[in-house]
Amino acid sequence: MCGIAGLIHRDGSADIGGEMTSMLQALKHRGPDSSGFALYGEPQNDDYMLRFKVAEQEEMAHGFDIHAEVKKRKAIVDERIQSSGASIVEEQDATEYAFRYRVRFSNGDANQDKLKRFADYIEDIEGAEILSMGRALELIKDLGDATRVSDQYHLGTFKGTHAIGHTRMATESDVDIRSAHPYWAYPFSDIAVVHNGQLTNYWGFRRELERRGHRFMSNCDSELIAVYLADRMSDGMKLKDAMELSVSELDGVFTYLVATADSLGMAKDTMAAKPLVLYESDNFIGVASEEVAIRSIFRDEIDTWDPYEGEVMVWQK
Amino acid sequence: MAEVDGQHKSHGMGLHEEQLTGRTQQIFFSPEESDNFLYPESFEVDLDNKAEFDAGDMEISAINLKIRALMQAGHGHIVVKNPLAKHSLGVGILNRLKLEFEGSLGYFGCGLIDGPNVTVHGRVGWSFAENMMAGVAVVEKNAGSTFGAAIRGGDLVCKGDVGSRTGIDQKGGTVIVGGRSGAFSGFMMQRGRMIILGDAGINLGDSMYDGTIYVGGKIESLGVDAVPGEISDLEADWIERKLSAHGLSAPNGVKSLQKIVAGKKLWNYDNLEPTEKKIVL
Repeated sequence: MCGIAGLIHRDGSADIGGEMTSMLQALKHRGPDSSGFALYGEPQNDDYMLRFKVAEQEEMAHGFDIHAEVKKRKAIVDERIQSSGASIVEEQDATEYAFRYRVRFSNGDANQDKLKRFADYIEDIEGAEILSMGRALELIKDLGDATRVSDQYHLGTFKGTHAIGHTRMATESDVDIRSAHPYWAYPFSDIAVVHNGQLTNYWGFRRELERRGHRFMSNCDSELIAVYLADRMSDGMKLKDAMELSVSELDGVFTYLVATADSLGMAKDTMAAKPLVLYESDNFIGVASEEVAIRSIFRDEIDTWDPYEGEVMVWQK
Repeated sequence: MAEVDGQHKSHGMGLHEEQLTGRTQQIFFSPEESDNFLYPESFEVDLDNKAEFDAGDMEISAINLKIRALMQAGHGHIVVKNPLAKHSLGVGILNRLKLEFEGSLGYFGCGLIDGPNVTVHGRVGWSFAENMMAGVAVVEKNAGSTFGAAIRGGDLVCKGDVGSRTGIDQKGGTVIVGGRSGAFSGFMMQRGRMIILGDAGINLGDSMYDGTIYVGGKIESLGVDAVPGEISDLEADWIERKLSAHGLSAPNGVKSLQKIVAGKKLWNYDNLEPTEKKIVL
């Protein structure tokens, strides 16, 4: 199983952290192993929001040296950010092992190649993984249900325009942060994916994408969708076109949501074997594996419906 | 003579494509088994005795127990307000009852029912009325996938659009969809009727053994062993009356409906009971 949810406000900023927490908590029965949020706030200047971790939650309970080791790894991250010509404008440590930085590149210039080199340089540090990097995107994921993760990372008051989220029941990979959703579409800033289903041509596609220079941080098939979309878009394909292609090229049963700096999209496989319910009004779109998630933020009766097999939809904020 | 006429009539309507000879398929009740006409723990209710309650802040099991308690108290008309798309509401009701939900239901709503008349003034999630035996269940808005999975009897109606695999494994009864029905509708259908007034998705009637599907709109594609059939006057009359009973009508008249039946090239089950099979073998 697994539960996915997404929302987009078309009339400006709203309390998306609290809303997504409610939606995911309503889907807890679909997967209690981990919860993840991709939240899109208002961009500030040309700064980049960097969410990264330097250890797995599980690691923190093992070994006498891990606490010192984590500090050491973080210090190296700080050093490498500076040496990459960027400065840390703002810093928050949500946990001992996961951090939120606002980073400013010295000349204000951070093109795709530079961001990729920057990400590779940081992830070269043992235990370091960039969860997200973007002007609007902040990606948070950890073990436990949505309320626990939201409280841990203080997401209840997060303001923004759109979000996607995931509650995971681990079936094909480990219960750890790197296998939790959402996945950032490395190296594309501001693109994240959540997925419910199984991809049956995962290894074939993974090998092909690795040959093309893409990096995989987990063995989770869901990560493939993020990397796949990143690859197709790097060839100049529009998001919706890449999603439509994915429905025919990716094999298996799946429903996934993707978010970019200004849009929210959904795709459903041709067997329509995984659920998704949609609510759309003039100012708000909500999608979730089950209506009960949407109703957790709308108690009044609303009209909802199921997207059909092979359907791809994208909404702009 | 009346029996023979009835048999001709049912054959004329496309029923009984399969010759039923098995013991369990022909005899469900006998006068000697009158005790079996009512389920244990079914309740004597008065259909004019109405009760309603707000389910907004109640847990699923508490809502179902409340319905049961009201039936036990003789209420034959129960209105559930604010169901808030919660799962598994109104399940396992083996009783005469008029049950209304003023709002939407989640997954597996009204499953395993035998007898009640249900109206949902909202949408339903996956697997609504799964394994329904008898009664009438009407959904005023849309429905999710596997709507009416494995139903054996009764009328199941969705006035809006329905997701994929509608009536999967249907074993009897009538499924009516007012709008579109998604992929693999009628998948492995074994008996009964399905009327889709809008479009049908890919692989309609895939691997169906028997039963009949009528479609008013465009069929994306037929599934394996699903083939077109011809609607008789008797069938058309039956469909007309069935639809009008639920306030529906075929957009271009019932004669314009496309009829889909099993080609039976894949038909691989026979009419023998397991014990009879052993004798034959």
